[in-house]
Amino acid sequence: MKKRRLEYFIELILKACAVVTILTTIGIIWVLLSESLTFFKEVSIKDFLTDTEWTPLFAKKHFGILPLISGTLLTTFIAVCVALPLGLVIAIYLSQYAPKRFRKIIKPLLEVLAAVPTVVYGFFALMVVTPFLQNLIPNMAGFNALSAGIVMGIMIIPFVSSLSEDALQAVPKSLKNAAYGLGSTRFQTSFRVMVPAASSGIIVSVILAFSRAIGETMIVAIAAGQQPRLTANPLVPIETITAYIVQVAKGDVPHGTLEYRTIFAAGITLFVFTFILNNISFWIRKKYREQYD
Amino acid sequence: MTNSKKNRIKDKLFEYFGIACTFFGLVMLAIFIGNILIDGLTRIDLDFLQNLPSRKPEKSGILTAWTGSLWILCFTTLIAFPLGVAAGIYLEEYGKKSSLSSLLEVNISNLAGVPSIIYGLLGLEIFVRVFSLGNSILAGAFTLALLILPIIIVATREAIRAVPPSIRAASYGLGASKWQTVWHQVLPASMGGIFTGVILAISRAVGETAPLIVVGALAYVPFTPSSPMDEFTVMPIQIFNWVSRPLHGFTINAAAAIIILLLITFIMNGIAVYLRNKWQKKISW
Repeated sequence: MKKRRLEYFIELILKACAVVTILTTIGIIWVLLSESLTFFKEVSIKDFLTDTEWTPLFAKKHFGILPLISGTLLTTFIAVCVALPLGLVIAIYLSQYAPKRFRKIIKPLLEVLAAVPTVVYGFFALMVVTPFLQNLIPNMAGFNALSAGIVMGIMIIPFVSSLSEDALQAVPKSLKNAAYGLGSTRFQTSFRVMVPAASSGIIVSVILAFSRAIGETMIVAIAAGQQPRLTANPLVPIETITAYIVQVAKGDVPHGTLEYRTIFAAGITLFVFTFILNNISFWIRKKYREQYD
Repeated sequence: MTNSKKNRIKDKLFEYFGIACTFFGLVMLAIFIGNILIDGLTRIDLDFLQNLPSRKPEKSGILTAWTGSLWILCFTTLIAFPLGVAAGIYLEEYGKKSSLSSLLEVNISNLAGVPSIIYGLLGLEIFVRVFSLGNSILAGAFTLALLILPIIIVATREAIRAVPPSIRAASYGLGASKWQTVWHQVLPASMGGIFTGVILAISRAVGETAPLIVVGALAYVPFTPSSPMDEFTVMPIQIFNWVSRPLHGFTINAAAAIIILLLITFIMNGIAVYLRNKWQKKISW
């Protein structure tokens, strides 16, 4: 009897630990909502979404999130442009071409790219990539979206490559064998059979890469600048949502002020973006998972 | 040239292109690490490890930064390890197929996709203000613990799943209760996988910068912390601070600190990979 009660008690403790994750989610949503609701009492949502200037720290305050969003999307877009082709080619090469032993050595090495702390990549972007690019593009500013985006792309290569490789590995062997049997080369098999068959998994990897790049903070905070502006020019300083939050948190903005609440308004915008992207990817994964079974 | 010859050339060309792409990222990393080593290696000496931060770059050191990182690392592990493993055990061994566990599962994969800076905002509001821990080590550690919780849970579940059901059946057959089975059979058998996951998660926490900045870790702390309620800085924040300064001496300091941070990260990842390989070899059911 005593033993059974103990067993029950242990299960309860384990359950409580698991429920912490739900409390975390509730906490995140509550924190973001409560602070930004107070923010939106002072700033109208219409201004927030349509004003093209973001100057909450200046005397003449504007609260338009668009410049921050454009900065975020610009760096993200550059990063995905770097990571997607490279990651996909790596995935195809590793799954269709590479000898097994080579793959076994190279995969953990690629993972190292994702293990390097992001602040280190920021240093890389500012001190190595920007000076190098300035030699090629003389009118490039010291802080810019291009270097930050490129370096962020390098960082998420293993992210795209390993997810895409998983998707390619999940394609039934029979499809591949049929293609080879008809005399296709590995190149033809890869691009006409394997990639189309694994397309849903590859799309998932791209969406997750997007979501990852949108939330990335330190690289852009160090190398992309702190000047929110609505532009698609990758050569000038911009500011992303994440970099803005860091900029404010680094300074001494007193709790309870409007400036303090702007980071929560920016945070909820970021959260909504990544939440939507992540859930699209779940949905795709679920919908197309058992296509070949 | 015949069509099939053309195709074979294309095939070969793509193979080389694939190799080139595979090495592109690694070569970039190598160039970068080479650069950093040239910049920073000569700056590293005992004084650099023992000195407090200073306004003069040549007198600055990373004492407060690495002690702060150590404090954060210890407390984050103390909080996240038991929580994550317990949650993993619950999901894998107890709560299977209940509606709670499917909710938990969706929730955990969603949490894994939340940007780390959002965890910072959570920590700022909950731990710093509501729990009034202030800008302390404890507030930072709680924030990072929540951040790495999904990683530890996923790793624990994978490790537990690798233990064959026959082990559990044998244990039950000998009259063991559920918890006895988990504690004496399943957990020891899956410890290798769990430790691998935990080390990877901690190495992530050591390199994390943004959430700690938001929680209020300071860039300049003139003392080493002596209790978990003290203010603190960590290695990545010290690096961030030095990178943002125009003086060349600070850039060199940043490079030197990066060498040490990378060393820590790589050693931890190396241990994790070693553990994983060792365990995979040792246990073959």
